[in-house]
Amino acid sequence: MLDRQDGRWRLDEAMVDALEIGSGILGTGGGGNPYIGKLRVRQALRDGHVMEIIPLESVPDEARIVAMGGIGAPLVSHERIKEGREGLRCVRALEERLGIKVDAIACEEIGGQNSMEPLIAAAMAGLPVVDCDGMGRAFPEMQMTTYAIYGHRSTPSVMCDPHGNVVIFDHAISELWHERMARACVVSQGGASTLASAPMSGEFIKRYAIPHSYSKAISLGNAVLDARREHRDPVEAICESENGEVVFRGKIVDLKRHLAGGFVRGEAIIQGFDTYDGDQASIHIQNEFLIFSRNGEIEVIVPDLIVVLDADSGEAISTEMLRYGQRVAVLALPCHPLLRSPEALDVVGPKGFGFGDIAFKPMDTNDKKGAA
Amino acid sequence: MYRLGIDVGGTNTDAVIMQGRNVLSGVKASTTEDVTSGVREAMEAAISKADIDRSKITTVMIGTTHFTNAVIERRHVNPVAAIRLGLPATACLPPMVDWPDDLREAVGGHGYLVRGGYEFDGRELAALDLEEIDRIADDINAKRIGAVAITSVFGPINAQMEEEARKRLLTKCPDIPVVLSSEIGRIGLLERESAAVMNASLLQLSARTVEAFADALKSAGLHCPFFITQNDGTLMGAETVKRFPVLTFASGPTNSMRGAAFLTGVRDGIVVDIGGTTTDIGSLQHGFPRQAATVVDIGGVRTNFRMPDVFSIGLGGGSLVRQSGDQVTVGPQSVGYRITREARVFGGDTLTTTDIAVARGEAEVGDRARVADLDPALLEAARAEMTSMLERAIERTRLSPDPVPVIAVGGGSILMPEQIGDLKVMRPENFAVANAVGAAIAQISGEVDRIFSLEKGLTREICLKQAEDEAREKAIRSGAVAETIETIEREDVPLAYLPGNATRIHVKVVGEMGGHDA
Repeated sequence: MLDRQDGRWRLDEAMVDALEIGSGILGTGGGGNPYIGKLRVRQALRDGHVMEIIPLESVPDEARIVAMGGIGAPLVSHERIKEGREGLRCVRALEERLGIKVDAIACEEIGGQNSMEPLIAAAMAGLPVVDCDGMGRAFPEMQMTTYAIYGHRSTPSVMCDPHGNVVIFDHAISELWHERMARACVVSQGGASTLASAPMSGEFIKRYAIPHSYSKAISLGNAVLDARREHRDPVEAICESENGEVVFRGKIVDLKRHLAGGFVRGEAIIQGFDTYDGDQASIHIQNEFLIFSRNGEIEVIVPDLIVVLDADSGEAISTEMLRYGQRVAVLALPCHPLLRSPEALDVVGPKGFGFGDIAFKPMDTNDKKGAA
Repeated sequence: MYRLGIDVGGTNTDAVIMQGRNVLSGVKASTTEDVTSGVREAMEAAISKADIDRSKITTVMIGTTHFTNAVIERRHVNPVAAIRLGLPATACLPPMVDWPDDLREAVGGHGYLVRGGYEFDGRELAALDLEEIDRIADDINAKRIGAVAITSVFGPINAQMEEEARKRLLTKCPDIPVVLSSEIGRIGLLERESAAVMNASLLQLSARTVEAFADALKSAGLHCPFFITQNDGTLMGAETVKRFPVLTFASGPTNSMRGAAFLTGVRDGIVVDIGGTTTDIGSLQHGFPRQAATVVDIGGVRTNFRMPDVFSIGLGGGSLVRQSGDQVTVGPQSVGYRITREARVFGGDTLTTTDIAVARGEAEVGDRARVADLDPALLEAARAEMTSMLERAIERTRLSPDPVPVIAVGGGSILMPEQIGDLKVMRPENFAVANAVGAAIAQISGEVDRIFSLEKGLTREICLKQAEDEAREKAIRSGAVAETIETIEREDVPLAYLPGNATRIHVKVVGEMGGHDA
């Protein structure tokens, strides 16, 4: 079905290096370490697998696209690395359950390790990956994709673990129920599994997927690599590439972390330096960085992106890499407009994370480059 | 009351005598094959130059890049059986998958994947396959592999399976040294496993080296305790180093950077430490080495130690200069401590970077006549390659366009031009022995890392305070001055699925060793 050659491109190892950096930044503190995923992609490329990316616009309306990603705790996937064929098993089990052939794979979440999983599964299944995703960043829960927000029902879905267990979620009465059941199941499977959800039509994803996710993450990574090579500030390069803004620079003076419902929640307190001397900032965390406040005043709110970088090298710091004494720069990047609609904000706005008393306010982009 | 600081590098062994903040003497000697005689020579010279009574030396601090050099040069690393307990998980990325090919070959590339390991909540991932351990033991014996590193998935939360595997292995390989990953590092399988494998590959070298240090001190009639500096610039005992040589991996750069800051008073700058074999480049921020935020690369391998952010290149005073056709290459191989025999200016027949510097009139050591015949085009090409290597490394370390000073230290700093790009180069007095000074001012640490139960009114804040107090007490007991103690690590990680609201608290404090200002 997908026989158009134009606009397709093949991933090479240099692009994978840039993708690692770009998706690490778009992970906004969560989404898992893309390094492990990068090694797996590289291994697959070296084993002779071909990874092809197709533009979102080129997908035929009637194509069947399966979105997939890892589900579970990022920390687990640093330690209990995957067996390797979980994604492939998901695709095959879904095809068998539905009696169909899948045409292409899509990404659920471009931020973090989940940028890599679709590439590996698609390469092993001999399928292309669509240049899009469902978040444009990382979020902690599955119903937080634009796919789910704009009406896709993700069951029947398949979850696979390293042991060879295959679980089919035949029907969930809502996306929230699917998330709840999947979350319970992933804990029993050891905290890091792979999940593929029911196929979407080409027509649907062309309207509701966040476009150009892979090409954008790769060019973001290249912006950082170029800045490093040319001795420009990588933090500024990221802001330029994404129309974002540095909101704070400081040293981490306290970290509170606790587990609640399977997620690490917490708060990082940052004492300002340079032009922020005397100011104190805080970031609320639930797997990702969610809310940034300065001196008690809220300034940046999810789904806008809050990115924490090493103040000097510009390297992205994940929530579990945060340490006392670290010197960091905090960046705010505007999210895609598909995440700012009222129906999206119900799910991925502050309300969706238990901050019912906070109303979403788009970050001030100063209109430096026109509308975000 | 005096302190003796010694730095054993690949090429030179330096010694300083310090009293309070004063450097009474600093000398360089050559590192010798047996280590002992070089240490002996340097320290005797330092003692006689300072003209002090050796019985008044209260502490000896030794810093060494011996183990790092071994990894970088791929020398003295012994083959290791890297056994991972984790199947069916982790199969897609075998041990050492992200290592440079030559280092993987140097340690033999023996990776074994075995069923076993734990899940995050402490359940078994798979039962440990003891019969597979037996088969691996046979293979180890057949291939005469000399050391083993065992890494279990989630070993840091439960070391039992690693211990069981070691016990089983020792029944067939009775005397083989076995390193367990849980003794070395934190969560993060590949980084911890790599550190364990490198540690195992260095055990023979570390046993020999620590013995050599002890012999040198004993034969000089020094009976005071001796310590070795570790990655974070604090001290550890000799027995610990024997078992965990990787804990010294970054001690060289830490010492030279702290020494350079101490000697120049510069608090923000770039320190370039050129030794005989390698050059280490790092940033000073507020007088301390800038810590790496993420992972640290040693000889091309990622590790997750907490270390200064230092970038190493294979360029030193003893680096080999080779010409093939139009191509001139410099390093990473080095004649190391054999420079005084093998370099051309010293009568040898190996062309080194030092020969290039002497031939170009940039340095005055050895006999310049012996390099008079060198082709000017070769000199030019080698000089250009050395400068470009240094420039690239400094630019990589440089954090801003601000013209910060570059402090050149180390015996090989004759290779450093006066100006590098737009940055001015400083050479402090005693620049050649900055590492030994850094060792002599090394700090004492106190550490607490255990599980606290937040019950019966105990809050997180009370427990953190309690841990900090305990760590301070430990540091003071080890000799730290109370007023100088500061907290450098303070971490609490809640543990899931354990009764009693358990949280793991890790606190580390450091302080100056007593007697510095005496």
